[in-house]
Amino acid sequence: MKQFTLAAALALTAGIAHAQQDTITLGMVLEPPNLDPTAGAAAAIDEVVYANIFEGLTRFGPDGAVLPALAHSWDVSEDGTVYTFQLNEGVTFHDGTTMDADDVVFSLDRARAEDTTNAQKALFAGIENVEAVDPLTVRVTLAEPNGNLPFNLAWGDAVIVAPESIEQAATAPVGTGPFVFAEWLQGDRVTLTRNPDYWGEAPALAQATFKFIADPNAAFAAMMAGDVDAFPNFPAPETLAQFEADSRFKVIVGSTEGETILAMNNAEPPLDDIRLRKAIAHAINRQDIINGAMFGFGTPIGTHFAPHNPDYIDLTGLSEHDPEAAKALLAEVGEVRPLRLMLPPPSYARRGGEIIAAQLRSVGIETEISNLEWAQWLEQVFSGKDFDLTIVSHTEPADINIYARPDYYFQYDNPEFQALIAELGVTADPAKRSELNQAAQEMIARDYVNGYLFQLAKTGVADARIEGLWENAPTQANDLTAVRWVE
Amino acid sequence: MLRYALTRALSLGLSLVVASVVIFAVIEVIPGDPAAYMLGMNATPEAVAALRGQLGLEGSVVSRYLGWAGGMLSGDFGVSYTYKVPVADLVAQRLWVSLPLALYALALSTLIAFPVGLIAAARRGGATDYGIMGATQLGIAVPNFWFAMLLVMVFAVNLRWFSAGGFPGWEDGLLAGLKALTLPAIALALPQASILARVMRSALIETLGQDYIRTARAKGLSRRQAVLRHALRNALIPVLTIIGLQFSFLLAGAIIIENVFFLPGLGRLVFQAITQRDLIVVESLVMLLVFAVIVVTFLVDLAYAAVDPRLRRRT
Repeated sequence: MKQFTLAAALALTAGIAHAQQDTITLGMVLEPPNLDPTAGAAAAIDEVVYANIFEGLTRFGPDGAVLPALAHSWDVSEDGTVYTFQLNEGVTFHDGTTMDADDVVFSLDRARAEDTTNAQKALFAGIENVEAVDPLTVRVTLAEPNGNLPFNLAWGDAVIVAPESIEQAATAPVGTGPFVFAEWLQGDRVTLTRNPDYWGEAPALAQATFKFIADPNAAFAAMMAGDVDAFPNFPAPETLAQFEADSRFKVIVGSTEGETILAMNNAEPPLDDIRLRKAIAHAINRQDIINGAMFGFGTPIGTHFAPHNPDYIDLTGLSEHDPEAAKALLAEVGEVRPLRLMLPPPSYARRGGEIIAAQLRSVGIETEISNLEWAQWLEQVFSGKDFDLTIVSHTEPADINIYARPDYYFQYDNPEFQALIAELGVTADPAKRSELNQAAQEMIARDYVNGYLFQLAKTGVADARIEGLWENAPTQANDLTAVRWVE
Repeated sequence: MLRYALTRALSLGLSLVVASVVIFAVIEVIPGDPAAYMLGMNATPEAVAALRGQLGLEGSVVSRYLGWAGGMLSGDFGVSYTYKVPVADLVAQRLWVSLPLALYALALSTLIAFPVGLIAAARRGGATDYGIMGATQLGIAVPNFWFAMLLVMVFAVNLRWFSAGGFPGWEDGLLAGLKALTLPAIALALPQASILARVMRSALIETLGQDYIRTARAKGLSRRQAVLRHALRNALIPVLTIIGLQFSFLLAGAIIIENVFFLPGLGRLVFQAITQRDLIVVESLVMLLVFAVIVVTFLVDLAYAAVDPRLRRRT
């Protein structure tokens, strides 16, 4: 890093001159494999297309609130099973065709079809029927009440697409959003241009380019050299202080929906023993992990819930760093074989894993670390459940319901918890929902299902004159509708 | 010469068949399901199964191998699982970055190495020779990615003569394209040139000690004439071997440099395809690279024969 410090100091004195502009270049670490958000899980897809090219009936706002999008309003029937969405008038796809109720029916039916390849099929699970009442009205009938429907429909996987253009969505997406897909130079960049016929408020930017830079050093150099104007998820957190000190840049630190956890295999010995899981929870020092692996960015969590959510309760006290308590519990458990700690590629896992291994060793638990690629991790850990411990960040919003799936990779099987989530699914009353959410948080914390580490921070760097980038990441997106240059 | 060429061509064909079997087998063994990778952690098993069907991942190993190999023979390299575009298009696009970069770097390395090696050999034991030997030692020892980062820091971040990376595409003009490839080519060429210069020097020194050089000098040729007319040509065989190896390396082995300069080249494509389990891209691309390496070796073999007439008669 030394050469960077020197060069950055020199760069400071160089100074730059940007003309007032309406184009922006954003850096991204990963290139989207394709541009169809309805047929892939890669976050990079949404980071390019969400709210820019494609829109859904509803959408997430910068603070995570569910806002109207293609539907300007909706009514719910008395019993909570029928949602009637009123669509905006005069919305067209980028190819000029009109967006109407038939397109909505097509999109939702396609997403929940038997042979769908939608990565979030579960979002649509309760939908029984979708029908077009008239060109601007869509009625969605549910099997049972689901207060979450508008939230589910805000996901990138639920955007509205047209039957005429869906075939080419992977390489040349056609949506209704404020930006039109212009060009994709595979491996290098995707370019979008302003949609002149946008139904809503026109964006300030005329053109946006997403440039793919995987290497942290290259990302740093590209920001410093002015090749990219903003890097919303900057991969070199160790250099953020340097950007902070440089008046040309600003550092944007926000939160994400990523609960980073030390997941444990609850179904297999020895981790089926709650005393061992509790011992591990007490052996972990969260702040050391945040400082050591994340350069201080991240908020400690005590359960699987985002701290910025109004329903969050701070349960870190249940698993405070307490090596003595951990040792006492271990003495009860007796001899424990070395635990296999499987680490996927992100630095929170690889760096965090080393720290956790050291913390566990200091109370007498040995681990064997294996570094896995994502594909390997998905096969062996996630599908194969062949692991003892792993570290992963669960980035889907409001996903505590994964603990109600006994076949989910950490295999927590508690009928009481499942009943709680089932009740949550059919509850619409906000006060009651809060109560249930809090009960769920507490239950998994008291069962020490996993080691709850920290909420992943979103650390970005941008030119100081850019405004309107999302600070937080309620969903993984780079919504450009409000982004503009100011002097 | 014809017979020599034919035997070389036959062994080329055999190598390709063996390589295709090995590549396919290795990729079968790698753990990780492309469909599961694409759909991520919340996917239902049915959705993964549906995608596997769509991607053509079902069916026996033999039939899939034959389908793949047969497709390649007819010029069909398949469609990328993730990008959803034909592999041939992807490769062609990347080749327009990687091939010029490799040629650029090779040209730089040869242009530097030839005169440097010649001078060092001619001034053997002198201060110039020691200086050159020291510099080339350093050139080999410095990792090219580190040198690349240094170049970026000086010429992109500080002086702003070049951008820190990326590739604008050739449609922006030849100059813009070459400019974008200049720093990467220099970073790639430095260690190559150092190796080549050293090989050049020792090969020349060896030939300069031969009897025929003394004879040539005795006939009245100047030192310079003897080197250029007799020694250089005979020193070319090891140098050509190294150039052939270097070209293969430059074409496929520039992954790290491509990462430092975020260039959309072949190396990054393979790397990305492996992590995403885009197996069809990996298979077809590795096969193409094997083909390229074999062809280059074949061309180098032919070049030997052109340089050294004895090789033509021997086979």
